[in-house]
Amino acid sequence: MTTASFSEPALAMVENQLDGADQNGAPAPGAPRRRVKRKTWQTVVWFVVLIALTAVVLYPLVWLFLSTFKPNGEFGVNMGLLPNNPTLENYAKVSEGIAGVPMAKFFLNSFIIAVGSVIGTVLSSALAAYAFARIQFKGLGILFAAMIGTLLLPFHVLIIPQYILFNNLGLVDTFIPLLLPKFLATEAFFVFLLVQFIRQMPRDMDEAARIDGAGHLRIFWSIILPLIRPALITCAIFAFIWAWNDFLGPLLYLTSPENYPLPIALRLYNDQSSSSDFGATVTASFVALLPVLLFFLVFQRFLVDGVATQGLKG
Amino acid sequence: MTTTSTRVIVTGQKSSRRALLRRERPEHLNRPGQKARLRKESLAGYAFLIPWLIGFLGLTIIPMAYSLYLSFTSYNIFQPPKWIGLDNYIRMFTDDPAFIQSAQITLIYVLVGTPITLIAALLVAMLLNFRDKGAGFFRSSFYAPSLIGGSVSVAIVWRAMFAADGPVDNGLSLFGINLGGWVGNPDLVLPMMILLSVWMFGATMVIFLAGLKQIPKELYEAAEMDGAGPFHRFRAVTIPLLSPVIFFNLLLGLIGAFQVFASAYIISNGSGGPAGMTNFITLYLYKRGFSDGQMGYASAIAWVLLIVVAIIAFILFRTQRSWVHYSGDNR
Repeated sequence: MTTASFSEPALAMVENQLDGADQNGAPAPGAPRRRVKRKTWQTVVWFVVLIALTAVVLYPLVWLFLSTFKPNGEFGVNMGLLPNNPTLENYAKVSEGIAGVPMAKFFLNSFIIAVGSVIGTVLSSALAAYAFARIQFKGLGILFAAMIGTLLLPFHVLIIPQYILFNNLGLVDTFIPLLLPKFLATEAFFVFLLVQFIRQMPRDMDEAARIDGAGHLRIFWSIILPLIRPALITCAIFAFIWAWNDFLGPLLYLTSPENYPLPIALRLYNDQSSSSDFGATVTASFVALLPVLLFFLVFQRFLVDGVATQGLKG
Repeated sequence: MTTTSTRVIVTGQKSSRRALLRRERPEHLNRPGQKARLRKESLAGYAFLIPWLIGFLGLTIIPMAYSLYLSFTSYNIFQPPKWIGLDNYIRMFTDDPAFIQSAQITLIYVLVGTPITLIAALLVAMLLNFRDKGAGFFRSSFYAPSLIGGSVSVAIVWRAMFAADGPVDNGLSLFGINLGGWVGNPDLVLPMMILLSVWMFGATMVIFLAGLKQIPKELYEAAEMDGAGPFHRFRAVTIPLLSPVIFFNLLLGLIGAFQVFASAYIISNGSGGPAGMTNFITLYLYKRGFSDGQMGYASAIAWVLLIVVAIIAFILFRTQRSWVHYSGDNR
């Protein structure tokens, strides 16, 4: 009960604010902003402070990128940004992989897990969200509160019983323990996000379709899914990145190196060669991060494009 | 905004739900044969919910119950669980210094790291809110670490950043501070972990920024005319109007911080060292359950974690009435 009454206004308000102020930082349509004259020196100070802060925040990432070009012997001697003798040898070494498994295989495993997670998450979360947002069924209130409750549940409470379950089913060292939960909408965050989004969609089209005799499945598929595409893309992006970065899941369930995704392969580098081949470790780290960084750049563009669709909402 | 009011009604108390059913029941349900139609609606609802329901029962509720049972047993996955009553819990608090230390450093990490992250996020959000033009680039740059900060790659980088003669060590020695490497130093490794969580302030900042944009400028102007200085305006306008967002960020921040795992694992090579100072509760739970095969004991640790998180959430909800302000119609 507490769960239901508290989080709703808070979450709804946050959600609302995220919608209201469009993602580019322009003021919300309902909130006219007076143009405030700022002094030039204020703007200069503003830029200087933020550029300095950006430099600090992004330093580790720039360091990571530039360090991939350092020959292995340079670490420990030169921990600065720029390599003294730039080389590509780390990349050659990393592409060979580790523990007898080529890097491409780790990549493929990560990719299968991440793409599978995206498909499962988007499908199952959208189905559940449609039910919560558009169908008046018995028990809706209680189930919705339960779903919100799982938002706050620490995942670690479940790892032991889930492990025992998958172990008894003989599924350890397969991708199934990692993917099955995604197909069952266990990530409540996505369900909640989609529920909020569907609720903002006008019901007129549903009603019209209903009068024409369409059932829920048809309304879901032909009306709601196309309408909530921006939210689905957001879910897909996050599901991909979270699955790509996930460490604990693969650590628990995948035991043979040829099944390892990148984070676990990185652990091999980290364990085996922390001092002896730091060049390879750093380069493998960078390579593992690269898809996420690329996703992030694309995600930014999507947000900018999304402003147009934001205007349609509400 | 009409959407807000509907949303609040839909998700509010039982009575308002009934009101909604009366008021907004779709046209087709008011025709004769309503009852049968309602039953059909319920069927459709559960049909759509099948995947979620299977996951909710099979992967959340039943495992939770089983884990509670296991916490009263001694279990190593090879032999059947043996009931030992409260022994696991008693052992935890009376005969396991490693658990006590793990609980302490986790609480320090959560209760120090989260507020610092929130304050940093709010300060930067206010800075970005000062001007719209050019803010987008900075917003994206600051957001990037939140996406990747929990990854193994970043943990490896972080360790290098704070190594002896690494960038942080060298940078500080410019100011005459010679701390050496942070990673191997039991006094510095926890601050280093906290700095990693502070580095990921971006997501929180984006939410704060969206909240700040919603505060009507007129309120600030009115406060200014009444002679309120910048600090007073912050206290009297920004904080109250932002309080729902602060509450949201605080709640999710605290719960998220309890679950730090990958970075501690990588930075300590799975050991939780040096001197147990990165042995966060999740890492300790993992080691007990999966390295030592003490699944009963690890389940008990998991339940203590769950109860602590629940208590913190409960306290937050309890106190929200005194400091969180929900405006009636959201303006």
